[in-house]
Amino acid sequence: MNARETVLGRVRDALALAPPDAVQVPRDYRRRRSLPPERRRELLVDRLEDYRASVHQCDTAEAPGAIATALRGARRIGIPAGLDRRWLAEFDGEVTVDSAEVPSARLDELDGVVTGSAVSCAETGTIFLDSSADQGRRALTLVPDLHVCVVALSSVVAGVPEAVARLDPVRPTTLISGPSATSDIELDRVEGVHGPRTLHVVLLLDA
Amino acid sequence: MSGTFLGMPTAPPRGTGNIRGSEPFPAAARTELGNAQLRRNVGKATRTIRDKRIAVTGELPDWEELRSAGAAIKRDVLSRLPDLLEQFEQAVTARGGTVHWARDAAEANAIVTRLVRGTGSDEVLKVKSMATQEIGLNEHLADEGITAIETDLAELIVQLGADRPSHILVPAIHRNRAEIREIFLRAMPGVDPDLDDDPAHLADASRRFLRDRFMRARVAISGANFGVADTGTLSVVESEGNGRMCLTMPETLITVMGLEKLIPSYADLEVFLQLLPRSSTGERMNPYTSMWTGVTPGDGPGEFHLVLLDNGRTATLADEVGREALHCIRCSACLNVCPVYERTGGHAYGSTYPGPIGAVLTPQLAGMDTGSGDPNGSLPYASSLCGACFDACPVKIDIPSLLVELRHQHVEQAGFDAEQALMKAASAAMASAGRWTAAQRAAQLGRLLGRGGRIRALPPPGSAWTSARDLPVPPKRTFRQWWDSAEGRAAIERARREGGAR
Repeated sequence: MNARETVLGRVRDALALAPPDAVQVPRDYRRRRSLPPERRRELLVDRLEDYRASVHQCDTAEAPGAIATALRGARRIGIPAGLDRRWLAEFDGEVTVDSAEVPSARLDELDGVVTGSAVSCAETGTIFLDSSADQGRRALTLVPDLHVCVVALSSVVAGVPEAVARLDPVRPTTLISGPSATSDIELDRVEGVHGPRTLHVVLLLDA
Repeated sequence: MSGTFLGMPTAPPRGTGNIRGSEPFPAAARTELGNAQLRRNVGKATRTIRDKRIAVTGELPDWEELRSAGAAIKRDVLSRLPDLLEQFEQAVTARGGTVHWARDAAEANAIVTRLVRGTGSDEVLKVKSMATQEIGLNEHLADEGITAIETDLAELIVQLGADRPSHILVPAIHRNRAEIREIFLRAMPGVDPDLDDDPAHLADASRRFLRDRFMRARVAISGANFGVADTGTLSVVESEGNGRMCLTMPETLITVMGLEKLIPSYADLEVFLQLLPRSSTGERMNPYTSMWTGVTPGDGPGEFHLVLLDNGRTATLADEVGREALHCIRCSACLNVCPVYERTGGHAYGSTYPGPIGAVLTPQLAGMDTGSGDPNGSLPYASSLCGACFDACPVKIDIPSLLVELRHQHVEQAGFDAEQALMKAASAAMASAGRWTAAQRAAQLGRLLGRGGRIRALPPPGSAWTSARDLPVPPKRTFRQWWDSAEGRAAIERARREGGAR
C-alpha cells in the first residue's frame, strides 16, 4: 500500500476508533463591520505609524508630489506594468517596468519600488497585495529596500474578515504590516531584515 | 498494513524524529535551572510577550468569540479529515502543485532529499519550520551531502551555534546579544570582524550573509501555518521577509506540512489571521504573511511540492481526548504564561515541542515507552496544572485536562514497575503485624536519604515517586516504638490517671 493510502487509512481508522460528533462553527465574532471613512482613515493611519511606516495623506491630484517626496534619495525605481504612470510625473529618476522575463535577482539593483494595493485592513494596519497588474509579482515588493505603496481610502476596510472576503484565493497574496522586522535578539525590535527596510504609504483620501 | 479494508480499525503507529529527549524532564530541568543566563533571558522574554499579548487581545471585543470559532473550526477539520485531505490534495494538484504523503520522519526526509537532488542543487534555503525540526531534516540532508541554511535570524543563530531551539517562536531566546556576536564571529562566513553586539548590526550581518544566497537560490524548504482545503492555498506567517524570499525567489519550493494544519475554507483564515499574531508575538498583525496556491506562471517558483506529514498525528487523532492537542496553531502563548517553562526554558522538555503544549503533544506523537524510563513519560508531570496555558490558548486547548489524562494513561501503562509495585508492597506489609513492624524500621533508614526534612530522591522503584515530588523524612520513631518506650509508657500512665481523677 502506498503512503497516501496508508495515511488516509490511518486517519479513517483513528476516527473509527473514536468517532467524533459533527461540529457547528459559531460565527458570532465581528464579520461585517462598517466604519465611517473618517474613522477608517484615523485607525489605519494610527496602526501604520505604530508599525513605523511613513504615511502621506493627500488627494489624487497631489499623489505625484507625495510619491516623489517618498522616493527622495532613490535614483532607480521599478514599477509593475499596470501602475498608473501619472503617479510618477514628479519623479525625475530612472523607471524600470518589471516583467516576468526579468530574473528576480536583478531587482536587487533597484533603489525602490512603487505599487498600488488590493485592500487594507484598518484595525491591524495591514496592506494586502494580490499581484494585480498595479502591484506586480511578489518579488518586486520584496527585493528593493524601499516600498512606496499607494492605498485608496475606498479600499480600506475595518477588520480582517472584511479584507479576506475581498481576496481571490488563486492569486499569490502578500500581507504587509509595516517594514520587515525582527525581535529575535533579546526581543529588541529591529526594523528591516530581508524585506524592504522602509515603507511609505501614500493614502489617497478621494479615491 | 492498515486494517481499514477489513473493517477492523487498528491504532496508528507513533511518530519518530526529534520528539524525544535524552533524559527525563526533572533531570534535564535541574541542569537548565543552573543556567542563570538562560533563566534571565527566558524570564524577560516571556514577561514581555505576555504583557504585549494581553494588551492586543484586550483590544478585540470579540476575542472570546474568535477563540470559540477557532476551536470549533479545528474540531470540525479533524472530524472530516479524510474528505478534507483529499479535497486539499485535489486543489493543490489542480493548481500545478505535487502532493507527497509521508508516514513518518524517515519517509518525509527521503522525499525531500529526492526532490532536492532532482533540482541538481546541493544547497537549500529554509524557512523556520517546526515540522522539519521535528523530523530532523537538516541533519538528514547534511548526511546526504546537502547543506540546509536556516534563514530566520533566530534559527540561524541556533544553527551557527550548533545549538538547539529553546522556544517555538523565538528559538534563540536563551542567547543574549554578546553570545550571538560571538557565534556570528566564529561561524558566519564572511562576517565583518569588527561586528559589535548591537541587535541592529547583528540583524544587518544576517541580511548581508543571506542576501546573495536568496538571489541565487534554486530550491527552498518551508513549513506551513495553514493549508486551506477548499482552495489548496498555503500560508506562511513571519516577520523578517526571509519567508517571502524563500517562497518567492527559488525555482523550486518544497513545503512540509503536518496534516493537522489543515483548515476547511479560505474564509476561515479570517479567524486564524486574528488569533495567531496576537497570541504569538503580541502584535495586531505580523509584518509579513504569504499565501499561495500551487504555482503561478511568472510569479514565484515554477515547481511546488507539498509533503503531507503524519508522523504520529494519526495516533494522536485516535485518542478521543488527546486529539484536541492537534488543534495547536504553534503560537507559543502557553509557553510564555507557564511558570514551569519560564524557569526551565525549552531544552528541558527534550522535544521539538517544548512548554505546556509540548508536554501534551510530544508523548502523544511519539508515545511513552513503558518500562524504559522514557523521557516522554515524565512530560505529563512537568506542570503545576495551574491552568494559565488553557486561558492563554487561542484555540482553547484544555492542556491541564490533557496532562491529567496523560498522567492517567502513563500510570495505567507504566505504573506497574513503579507506583503500582510500591502499593503492592505496602499492601503486603500491612497484611501482617510482623512485616509491618519490619517495614517501618526499614523506612526509618529513609532518614539517611533526607536533608532539611525532605527526601528528594529514592532508589528505584521509589524513584518513580520522588522524580516528581519530595517526601517528608520518616519520624525518628514509629508510633509502636514510642508506645513501647519509657516516655510512651509514662504518657499513657499520666493519661490514665487524669482520666481516673475525673
